[in-house]
Amino acid sequence: MDLEHYLSLAVKSIFIENMALAFFLGMCSFLACSKKVDTAIGLGCAVIFVQAITIPLNNLLLNYVLKEGALAWIHPSMEHVDLTFLGFITYIGTIAAMVQIVEMALDRYVPALYSALGVFLPLIAVNCAILAGSLFMVERDYDLADSIVFGFGSGIGWALAIVALAAVREKMRYSNVPASLRGLGMTFMLTGLMAIAFMAFGGIQL
Amino acid sequence: MKFLRDMLDKQRPLFEKGGKFEKLHPLFEANETFLFTPGRVTDGPSHVRDGIDLKRMMTVVVVALLPCMAMAMYNTGYQANLAIEGGAAAWAGWQTSVYEALGLPHSSSNFFACLIYGALFFLPIYIMTLAAGGFWEVLFAIVRKHEVNEGFLVTSALFPLVLPPTIPLWQVALGISFGVVLGKEIFGGTGMNIFNPALVARAFLFFAYPAQISGDFVWIAAKTSADGYSGATWLSRVAAEGGGVAVLRENLGWWDAFLGFEPGSMGETSALFCIFGAVVLIATGVGSWRTMAGCLLGSFVLSTLLNLVGSETNLAMNVPFYWHWVIGSFAFATVFMATDPVSSAFTDRGKWIYGAGIGVMGILVRVLNPAYPEGWMLAILFMNMFAPLIDHFIVKANIKRRLARSAA
Repeated sequence: MDLEHYLSLAVKSIFIENMALAFFLGMCSFLACSKKVDTAIGLGCAVIFVQAITIPLNNLLLNYVLKEGALAWIHPSMEHVDLTFLGFITYIGTIAAMVQIVEMALDRYVPALYSALGVFLPLIAVNCAILAGSLFMVERDYDLADSIVFGFGSGIGWALAIVALAAVREKMRYSNVPASLRGLGMTFMLTGLMAIAFMAFGGIQL
Repeated sequence: MKFLRDMLDKQRPLFEKGGKFEKLHPLFEANETFLFTPGRVTDGPSHVRDGIDLKRMMTVVVVALLPCMAMAMYNTGYQANLAIEGGAAAWAGWQTSVYEALGLPHSSSNFFACLIYGALFFLPIYIMTLAAGGFWEVLFAIVRKHEVNEGFLVTSALFPLVLPPTIPLWQVALGISFGVVLGKEIFGGTGMNIFNPALVARAFLFFAYPAQISGDFVWIAAKTSADGYSGATWLSRVAAEGGGVAVLRENLGWWDAFLGFEPGSMGETSALFCIFGAVVLIATGVGSWRTMAGCLLGSFVLSTLLNLVGSETNLAMNVPFYWHWVIGSFAFATVFMATDPVSSAFTDRGKWIYGAGIGVMGILVRVLNPAYPEGWMLAILFMNMFAPLIDHFIVKANIKRRLARSAA
């Protein structure tokens, strides 16, 4: 099909509708795991991976299991079954399973990153950016190819934002932040300022 | 000079520890070091390569900005008088009352009249910036016990130059307060911020009060309207229907754009005076030529690429690079905003990447984003955000290269 459509979807999900800096989703790990660039890159990659798998997977589940009439492929009599009320629990189930796999893989192959991410790795499962990815997919009626592009794009966008924030915070070790703002307070301010900078993309029509 | 020295020496005990005005020491220190070279020297061996210090650095920038300021005053008056000659009503404000009370004519060919009319708009904004921003600067210096330094002089000189002449003064105060406090002081003051404070201030106003800082009716200090004399900047006329580069060729002329006789933010219009500033900054080593060259390169590549792609509907895509460089705020942003040594990348190769990123992003926003006609403010803020990341990877690559070299 047309490459242009997918390209604009990718640009949109990475920059214009950036999960972290335009929607402010996934803030907990965004703020907590952005002290070091290396950790941030690790978490970013994990999020890209989870997004890129769960969104298409949830798309398949939606279209072939949950939607009204989706089960007709089993037997014509199931044409009127509508399971969309099971949406949330299904999506979260998929996400939790994926995160579990990522966790085990990291524990086995990259133990250093595994211990650096600590509790925030299993917490990706309840990271709102991940669930939001799946819900946006449902809301915007993406097909399978769209979901794959959107999965990668939204993951990359989030990863880009957290890596940039981590680099800024590393540089800010030389800053002299007022005691009352040190740590999370300052990071919140910084996120706000970064969001202003990201508004450069707001309004681009694709 | 002796009496000044004596006076300062007499006051000194009052401001030192235990003195009556101990809390106001930063103010005393600022005045003293402004007038005299400090007597204190570094203890032990130091690594001074050049006598350049923060004060000289910042003062150089202010000097480099002076022609732009003069142009800001002249052009503001010139544009206003030109519009009034073209049939627009004069700006209904005290500026016009004072101007007319002085008996000056609304004539665009009268150099001094234009200069004074423009000064009546520019100076109050500048004074407001100094007063409001200076208040926060001094307050933070006193509470946090650091020194008031010249970084603020640069911010406060840059900020009025990127504002339209018609902006309400309370917005100027609000904007510079936001810029100084949230853009700089909460990071610890000069040299520790991530974003350019003047641009943070402008971006805040831009998103909070778009009606007073964007659109077609704020750039000329006269009552312009859609049906009367058009007050739109050339950038928005290019993007508008029936626009395109032909509009520029027929109505503006490249040399007028280069010299700066066009409506826009007060100080940004003249590429010529920005080049003067660039020469001063590069010759004194204050501004990085790499960043500027990167900006030129980035904007050249992307705008040429867009020319080649071409478009029937988006006429701004056909504007060639030599027009992009002289209209709008490209020159001002490249020379004075992008080269801010604090918020740009630190490494030499990083500066190329950082500059090129600004060039690309600026053209991208200018041409492809219909929401904003001009893009350099947001492009620079965007690259400010990525500057530490660029440095991070370049330093890492350097370490890797050197390890490989020493291993070999």
